[in-house]
Amino acid sequence: MTTKKAVKKNDFAGLSPDTLLKIHQYMVKSRVLEERLIKIYRAGESYFWIGGPGEEAWGVPLGLLARKGQGLAYDYLHLHYRCTPTLIAMGMEMLDSIRLMMNRKTDPSTGGRNFSNHYCFPKWNIAPVTSPIEVQYPIGLGTAHAQKRAGHNAVTIVTGGDAGTAEGDFASCLIWASRKEFELPMLITVQNNRWGISTKWEGQHGEENVADRAKAFGIRSRVINGNDPVESYLVIQEELEYIRKTGKPSFIESKVSRLYGHSSASGANPVPNAFACVKEFEESLLKADILDSKSVQKIWADFEQEGIKAQEQARSEAQPSGDSIWEHVFVNNENADWRKF
Amino acid sequence: MSNMAQAIRMALHVGESKLGVKDIFGQDVGAPLGGVFTATQGLKTAWNTPLDERGIISMAMGIAMAGDRCVAEIQFCDYIFNTIDLLKIAGNTNWVTNGNYSLPMTVMTPVGAGIRGSIYHSHSFDAWASRLTGWKVVMPSNPLDAYGLLLSAIKDPNPVLYLKPKALMRVKGEELIPGEPDEKELKACIDAPIGDRSDWKPKWPDLQEYYVEIGKGKITREGNDLTVVSYGRHLLLCNEVADQLKSEGISIEVVDLRTIFPYDWNIIKKSVEKTKRVLFVNEDTEVTNFGEHLVYRCVQELFYHLLARPRVLAGKNIPGIGLHHSLEDASVPQKNDILREIKEILSEVP
Repeated sequence: MTTKKAVKKNDFAGLSPDTLLKIHQYMVKSRVLEERLIKIYRAGESYFWIGGPGEEAWGVPLGLLARKGQGLAYDYLHLHYRCTPTLIAMGMEMLDSIRLMMNRKTDPSTGGRNFSNHYCFPKWNIAPVTSPIEVQYPIGLGTAHAQKRAGHNAVTIVTGGDAGTAEGDFASCLIWASRKEFELPMLITVQNNRWGISTKWEGQHGEENVADRAKAFGIRSRVINGNDPVESYLVIQEELEYIRKTGKPSFIESKVSRLYGHSSASGANPVPNAFACVKEFEESLLKADILDSKSVQKIWADFEQEGIKAQEQARSEAQPSGDSIWEHVFVNNENADWRKF
Repeated sequence: MSNMAQAIRMALHVGESKLGVKDIFGQDVGAPLGGVFTATQGLKTAWNTPLDERGIISMAMGIAMAGDRCVAEIQFCDYIFNTIDLLKIAGNTNWVTNGNYSLPMTVMTPVGAGIRGSIYHSHSFDAWASRLTGWKVVMPSNPLDAYGLLLSAIKDPNPVLYLKPKALMRVKGEELIPGEPDEKELKACIDAPIGDRSDWKPKWPDLQEYYVEIGKGKITREGNDLTVVSYGRHLLLCNEVADQLKSEGISIEVVDLRTIFPYDWNIIKKSVEKTKRVLFVNEDTEVTNFGEHLVYRCVQELFYHLLARPRVLAGKNIPGIGLHHSLEDASVPQKNDILREIKEILSEVP
C-alpha cells in the first residue's frame, strides 16, 4: 500500500521545511560517511567494508522517529548491517563509525572486534548487529515481550534484507509476534533491494512481495517506496503510532537500492543506474526552494571535512592489544582462561 | 526426600519469587503439563511456546538483553542442535560488544541416555557445550545440587546452560533441600494431580536459598588408589563402583565435577596428585570428548605425578543410541565398564 499523501508532487505531504532539511542533512552525512568508510577500506586501513549506501531514505526517517533512550520505556532497535543512516539520524558521530571501521580500541560498539556497520549502543537500545543474517528478528521477540510487560508503549523495531527472509528465523518472528492474545509490539521491516549477496531476487523468491507473508499471519503490512524519505517518514510514523496504540505488530516492506554492492567482497563499487535517493531528494528540495545550491555544496563539503578529520583522529588512536582477548568472555572479566583456573 | 524434578521445580519457584525470574518457558513448560518431566508444574511465570527451538533461544536472548531474568527450556537436548549458532551468539555477545551487553539467561535441557529413549531422546551435550565459549555449563547429579546449581545459574550474569540428566529426574536425593518438608507432604504440596488440574495450585514450602557455586566440584567418595572424575548420571555409577571396590580393599576417590565450564581444576589436581591415577567418565561420544581435554591437562601439568596413563571412558563414537537395551548398554558406559577400566588402570605398573 502506498501512502497517498506521499506521492503528491513536491508538497512533501505537509512535512515542515525543518524536518525536510534535517532528513536531507542526515542522508548526506550518512552517504559521505559510508563513502569515507569505503575509502578507508580501499586505502588499506581496514580489512572489510559492509554498509548501507542506498538505504538513507529509509534509514534516516527510522532513526528520527524511534523513541531514543535506554531501557524498557524506549524503543529497541535490532538492525542489520546497512543501518548507518539510522544511527546517524539518532546522533551517532562519524568518528564512532570510523573507529569501528578501523578497529580502534576506542570503538564504542565492539572495541575493535567486529566489522563496519556492526554497531551496538546500549544508551539508545541498539542491539548488537550480527553477521549471521536474520537472527535479529526472533531476538527482537524477547525485547518486545519485556516491553509489553513493562507497559510503556515502547516498540521493538527490526530491520533486515529481503534475501535473509529465506531463513526460518523470519517465520519464527512472524509466528511468535502474531499469536492471538500474545501479540507483540514490533515494527518488523524488510529492506528489499532485490539482491542476496550476488543472487537476484528472482533466484530467491517466488512471492510477489515479502509483505504478503506477514499478511498470512494477520499482521498489518504494507509495501513502500523506501527510496522516498517522505513516504518512509509518514509510513513509519503511522505504523509506530498504530503499534504504540494497539500493542500489535506491523510490517513494512521497503523497496530500496543497493548502491555499492553487497560489501567489499564484491568490490564496493558504485552500481550503474541505481536509483540515487540522496541526490533525487536533494533535487526536489532545490526545486521547491527549500534548499539552495550554495547550501548544498556547503553541506556536502562540511561532512566531507568532518569525515577526513574523524579518520585522522581514529588513525591516531590506540589499537586493541593482543592481551585483551580474554576481556569480556564473562561478565566483569571473570577468568575464562582455563590455564588459570 | 525430593527427586530431581521436584528440586528443579522448587528452585524455579524460588527463582520467580525471590530472584526476579519473570519468564520460565519452553515447549509444554506451562500448564497443563508443566514439563515433560514435571519440573515446571505450578510455576506462576511458566508458559508454553510454539514448537520452535530457535524461537525459544532467541526469545531468551531478547529478554536477557532487555534486562529481565528468564529460564528457557529445550525439551530434550537432542533438539538443541538447530540452535547452535544462536547459542554461539549468546555466548559471544558480551565479548564482541566489548562488555556493552551481557545476557544473563539460563537454558535448561535434559541430556543423556538411560531411559530407553532411542536416537532422539538419548543424546548428550556436555562435550558440545564445552565448546560454547562465553557460556557456563553445569550438570547436577543429585536433587540438592540440582537446586543449588539452578539458583546459582539464575543469579549468574552470564548465560548458563543447565544440563539435566534425564535418567535422574525421578531419583531421590540423600540430603534435604533447606525448607523441604517430608516426602509425603512435599508431594501433596507441589505435585500436580493426575487428570484434571484446572483448579490445582501448588502450596510451596518455605524454601531457603541455597547455592552451589558454579565452578566448584565435590568429592563424593574419598580414596587413595585412583581418582574418578564424572558428573550427572554417571557420577552415581562411579559412586556405586567405588563402594563395591571398597569391600575389596580398593580405595577410589570420586569427584563430582558439577560444572563443566569453568571447571574445578584444583579439585582434580589435588586428588590426582594424591592418587596418581585417574579415569574420566561421561556418556557423550568419545572422540573430542570433554574428558579428553581434562586428560590433556593432566598430562601437561601432572605428568610426573602419574603412575598410569590417564583414561577417558565415554560413549561410543556412533551416530546415536539404539532403542533396544542391548544397543543402549553397548553404547554408553555401564557399571561393569567403569569397574573394568579402574582395574586396568590399577594394574598398570609404571
